[in-house]
Amino acid sequence: MSLVEARGLVKRFGSFTAVNDVSFSVQRGEVVGFLGPNGAGKSTTMKIIAGFLEPNAGEAFLDGHNSRTDPMAARRILGYLPEGAPAYPDMTVGAFLEFVAGMRGLDAATTRQRLGFLVDRIDLSEVWNRRIEALSKGFKRRVGIAQALVHDPAILILDEPTDGLDPNQKHEMRELIRELAPEKAIVVSTHILEEVEAICTRALIIARGSILADGTPADLLAKAPAADPSRSQLVKTTKLEDAFRAITLEQAGA
Amino acid sequence: MKTILLVFRREFAGYFATPLAAVFLVVFLGMATGLTFFVASFFDRGQADLSAFFLWHPWLYLILMPAIGMRLWAEERRAGTIELLMTLPVQPWQIVVGKWLAAWVFAGLALVLTMPLWITVNYLGSPDNGVILASYIGSWLMAGAFLAISAAVSALTKNQVLAFIGAVVVGFLFVMAGFDLVLAAVKPWAPQVIVQAISSMSFIGHFQRITDGVLEIPALIFFVTLIVFALWLNVRILEVKKAA
Repeated sequence: MSLVEARGLVKRFGSFTAVNDVSFSVQRGEVVGFLGPNGAGKSTTMKIIAGFLEPNAGEAFLDGHNSRTDPMAARRILGYLPEGAPAYPDMTVGAFLEFVAGMRGLDAATTRQRLGFLVDRIDLSEVWNRRIEALSKGFKRRVGIAQALVHDPAILILDEPTDGLDPNQKHEMRELIRELAPEKAIVVSTHILEEVEAICTRALIIARGSILADGTPADLLAKAPAADPSRSQLVKTTKLEDAFRAITLEQAGA
Repeated sequence: MKTILLVFRREFAGYFATPLAAVFLVVFLGMATGLTFFVASFFDRGQADLSAFFLWHPWLYLILMPAIGMRLWAEERRAGTIELLMTLPVQPWQIVVGKWLAAWVFAGLALVLTMPLWITVNYLGSPDNGVILASYIGSWLMAGAFLAISAAVSALTKNQVLAFIGAVVVGFLFVMAGFDLVLAAVKPWAPQVIVQAISSMSFIGHFQRITDGVLEIPALIFFVTLIVFALWLNVRILEVKKAA
């Protein structure tokens, strides 16, 4: 059975349809990249699956638990990094992570063990006692990831996990996601195309609230238009970028 | 229970993370004692009681409780942390109660710091300490009602200033409910029952009965009921916002 399943999700804000009939599923071991222009509905879809927003139609299931009718069970197996990696600015990193662990019902021994692991793995020891408001963007993002991993969830939904990181940090974050992948179902949103090639086993391209393409990065590459020899290549683009532009612009023009 | 306590602790510590707590306590104590001594002429009255002190509480709370309560939800929405909080495997009502409790205990702390006044009247004469105790409890419950209203209004917006203004306006209606200013707007068209119902919502009326030492219990029940209702409303607002 798939760990994440979205069935016909629709979300409207007033007359604007942010998510329009989105369905997909994610199996254990998959890393699915949500790819799309800004405002395409990536974050809204993630918010619905995480149970923060209710859809106007459709349902989301996490390990078989309906996120609307059985929210507690669904949330227990989910680790969620919201857009912008929010955290309480007035708390220290340590206090914040302990707070999240407590809210998730972890006992003292498990909390110690998990936080010990995460501090090492995500390299948070030097900022442990620092207030979150004083952290750099990169550290803030890492605290957000740590918060999502506190309870070692089977499902991870990460909204732009590498946004604001420098190239080395991006590399580390991708390593971490790759390392976690075999045991979990992971959904990552991004607008960085190289990231999809680097970590995703599958990519969904979303624009204007609809899924336009669903396949492995290689499948998507096949959709790239053949290079037009008459066009001068002033801007060097990757093949995947061409595919992305072809898919999303085609829809916009339609 | 553990969840409520965790939320309470986080929120309560939040007040002291900034100068807000200190500023609030100074302003509260300054205004409470200033009004008692200079406006209500505590000494000239020649009576050993604290009615000159409690007299001002509804008005003081009208401004100061929204100042404590405005950030409870608006700040979560602005910072985006609400998304984190509401996707944790806990019941929304536990978060609502924990947050309100933090604000209420903070208000209680401010009230406790006025105890030197109580000691003073006992030094100067022999007041009815039963009435004073009931008045303190009543005052704290009234503060709780203002805070529960402020928290519910705060859940509507991500703008703290709007949350503050909204809470003051709603609080003002409750404070003034027994006065002609509010009743005159209702009387011409509403049946007598409604007019009476509205006038029975008056914070000043209920609080006065407590400080006068008569009919304390129904007045206390009024404030407790209002707190429970406003907290329930707070939970509902969060649910409705989720589907909006």
